[in-house]
Amino acid sequence: MLGLLASLVDGLLVGAVYGLAAMGITFIWGVMDVVNLTHGAMIVAGMFGVYLLVAATGVPAYAALVPILIAGFLAGVALYWIAIHRMIGRPPLMSLLATFSVNLVLIGLGTAVWGTVLFNVSVSLPGFSLGRYTFPGTHIMAAVLTAVIAGALYLFLYRTRAGKAVRAVAANREAAELVGIPTTRILALSCGLGVALAAVSGALIATLFPFTVLSGDAYQLKSFVVTVLGGMGNPTGALVAGLALGLFEGLATPFMPVSWTLVIEFVLFVVVLIAFPGGLISIGRRRPAVR
Amino acid sequence: MLGRPFFWIIAVTIAVFAAAPLGGNVELRESLLLAAVYITLASNLNLMLGYAGYVNFGSIVFFGLGGYFCVYFMGSLGWGLAPALAVSGVAVSLAALVFGLGILRLRGVHFALATIGVNEAVQAFVTNFEPWGGSTGIYLSPELFQPLGGPAQALWIIYYLLVAIMGASLYLSYFVKRSKFGLGLLSIGQNEDAAAVLGVPTPRYKALAYSASAFLPAIAGGLYFFKGAFVQPADAFDLTLSTEAIVITMLGGQGTIVGPALGAYLYEELRGWLLTSETFANFQLVVAGVLLLLIVQFAPDGLMGFFYRRWPRLRRIFE
Amino acid sequence: MSALLEIECLGKSFDGLQAVSGLTFAVGEGEILGLIGPNGAGKSTVFNLVNGVFAPDAGRVAFRGDNITGAAPYRVARLGLARTHQIVQPFAGMSVLDNCTVGACFGRENLPLARAREAAREAAALVGLEKRLDAPALELTIAGKKRLELARALAARPALLMLDEVLAGLNPTEVAHMIEILRTIRGRGVSILMIEHLMQAIMSLSDRVVVLNSGKKLSEGVPAQVANDPAVIEAYLGDPGMVQRRPQ
Repeated sequence: MLGLLASLVDGLLVGAVYGLAAMGITFIWGVMDVVNLTHGAMIVAGMFGVYLLVAATGVPAYAALVPILIAGFLAGVALYWIAIHRMIGRPPLMSLLATFSVNLVLIGLGTAVWGTVLFNVSVSLPGFSLGRYTFPGTHIMAAVLTAVIAGALYLFLYRTRAGKAVRAVAANREAAELVGIPTTRILALSCGLGVALAAVSGALIATLFPFTVLSGDAYQLKSFVVTVLGGMGNPTGALVAGLALGLFEGLATPFMPVSWTLVIEFVLFVVVLIAFPGGLISIGRRRPAVR
Repeated sequence: MLGRPFFWIIAVTIAVFAAAPLGGNVELRESLLLAAVYITLASNLNLMLGYAGYVNFGSIVFFGLGGYFCVYFMGSLGWGLAPALAVSGVAVSLAALVFGLGILRLRGVHFALATIGVNEAVQAFVTNFEPWGGSTGIYLSPELFQPLGGPAQALWIIYYLLVAIMGASLYLSYFVKRSKFGLGLLSIGQNEDAAAVLGVPTPRYKALAYSASAFLPAIAGGLYFFKGAFVQPADAFDLTLSTEAIVITMLGGQGTIVGPALGAYLYEELRGWLLTSETFANFQLVVAGVLLLLIVQFAPDGLMGFFYRRWPRLRRIFE
Repeated sequence: MSALLEIECLGKSFDGLQAVSGLTFAVGEGEILGLIGPNGAGKSTVFNLVNGVFAPDAGRVAFRGDNITGAAPYRVARLGLARTHQIVQPFAGMSVLDNCTVGACFGRENLPLARAREAAREAAALVGLEKRLDAPALELTIAGKKRLELARALAARPALLMLDEVLAGLNPTEVAHMIEILRTIRGRGVSILMIEHLMQAIMSLSDRVVVLNSGKKLSEGVPAQVANDPAVIEAYLGDPGMVQRRPQ
């Protein structure tokens, strides 16, 4: 029984990071109606960023998070200008294909340079032990940092002028333009933030599990499952759904092989997409259909 | 119908595929076989993408399921090639109808994501499904080639069957486009709500198109994996192939019939060149990505769109 | 005159905002019924409720005796009810002829492709687009697109045509031309329910008028009657006694 509890708690910790990753997607979707299919590549970029920084400079992994956040932000702005800017206002499928193509390019380059070898970032952090069960220090740290980053995002959105502008553009881009908000800059900023979230979540995942260049696709899929469960465009929902998914995996792994949990997750993904456009969060809550 | 030039252009294309490797050029045959597979996948994808405007990211699921059904029927149940292919085609179309009923309520982006979800769910399921070999897959014994006259001859038969499937795909695209059904699909692609208001029975039409777009790729998958005598989840449901099908369709020009064929040919050539070139061996997906990005941003109508704008008279000959 | 379209106690609210409530009226065969009211009165919502874009919260819609409440748009169209939109919705990438052919193929008569093309040609000629059959729809002017929207709906040979502000954005010449077209259409036995803001047009065209305000029926009757109804004047202009009380 205690073992199950430990598994659940651990699932929550890891799930928090999934939630962070999903926040990256849902944020971009909410602000500019774009599904960022480069998300996976950016997660991988974060993973390799941490690896390379640690290997090159020997700094502790967590110190690398700040440069990765910044680099991720810049990459996001670049992504906006390369692939998304011309697609704003066009059918959403076009931006889908555009970001998808950038993902192809990046993953292709990645496999060319690093192949499909497993990489690892070693972090030594004392864990927290309760009786026979140890919660890895890395898991706890990742969850704590997720909370910090999510909190920072919240503060940005609700306590700063720029954040207010972002919320305005998310609500109604044309109206925001009419009141003088420089929408293009805000869109680029939001894209930067979304990608920064992806990159930093990748960095955190790298401290938890080994990875390859191809892990990006798997985590991107996972992020999408979480995003859909939490309701697209809803960052809080994404975080909650991430925790829920982590909980589910913690619950299920002792009892069934990993691939079955995958089946359940993907079936749930499709079912929620069809039946609950507002995500599982919207069950029981009457929310107006915005889109 | 027989009076229209394009009908004959398709016939000629099929004839070229049939005649070119005669004389035993195995290398050419293999490369044409791959082209035929691409053209089949892209043409059928076009029914949803180019006509109805629905991007099916996970279209590979039809190809993979078709492969699995066929290999299973022949390997474990001892069926002959023809019945195995036929039943696989029907089975996958029915499965598509069932999936479609669910996911076709979604539009645009949500639909695209759902098709990926379907593919991944099927892949994850098959990986666990013991009767189909789980994650190791199914191997076919070489004896199965005997009824076809031995392995070497079997490969030729498979090639011609695939060319026939490719031809069927092109003709299917053609006849659909010129039919009332096709007009309905095209109007859905332009403005689904306005189409419904005009009386187009949108749910039925979309489901039909989705199911129809599964049939020939399923048979092609059956042939392809029978030829390799081996099928496993990672290959059967690899999103790379459906990705390439999308790139091909958009490169050539979605909504046209020549488009997927032209795009497939060009992409095949490009890929072949990249694979043999020292520097670019790993870069095929990178090139695909760059191509797609450029097409989506600057030429969403693809090559045929460009040609039609430059020389409008071409529209009267080609479709 | 038998009732072609009957609306009974129709109601719909969106997130607490009551867009339409307790609405009852009917369109008779062969008549032109005008639906007027200030902006936001709920007129387009009524159209959406009738042709199945939204399902009503309350009430009943019957077309030629068949209950069509909440039926899907394509079913309603198949029964013989065609509709144009306030903001035109052409199939931009298709030609004018193809646009109209869609209407002819999938409307009441459910024609096969070849005969649908003929019906499409006729409808296009009726609105004056016969010279532009091969032009892509997106190349038309706004007036052209409005005529295309009308032709497309007509090609289906509907029993009832619902027009949503078909005269909006047209200059006086175009308006006069369109009014003639509408009279011709009625002459062919098509009944018309039209939403319009252009008072002269609607008063001269309509046999009867229904006035909507804040989702409720304010008045109903022949144009002259309705135009003099104080409640209607108040809804449009405000206080009807204002004219009397003007300071000298």
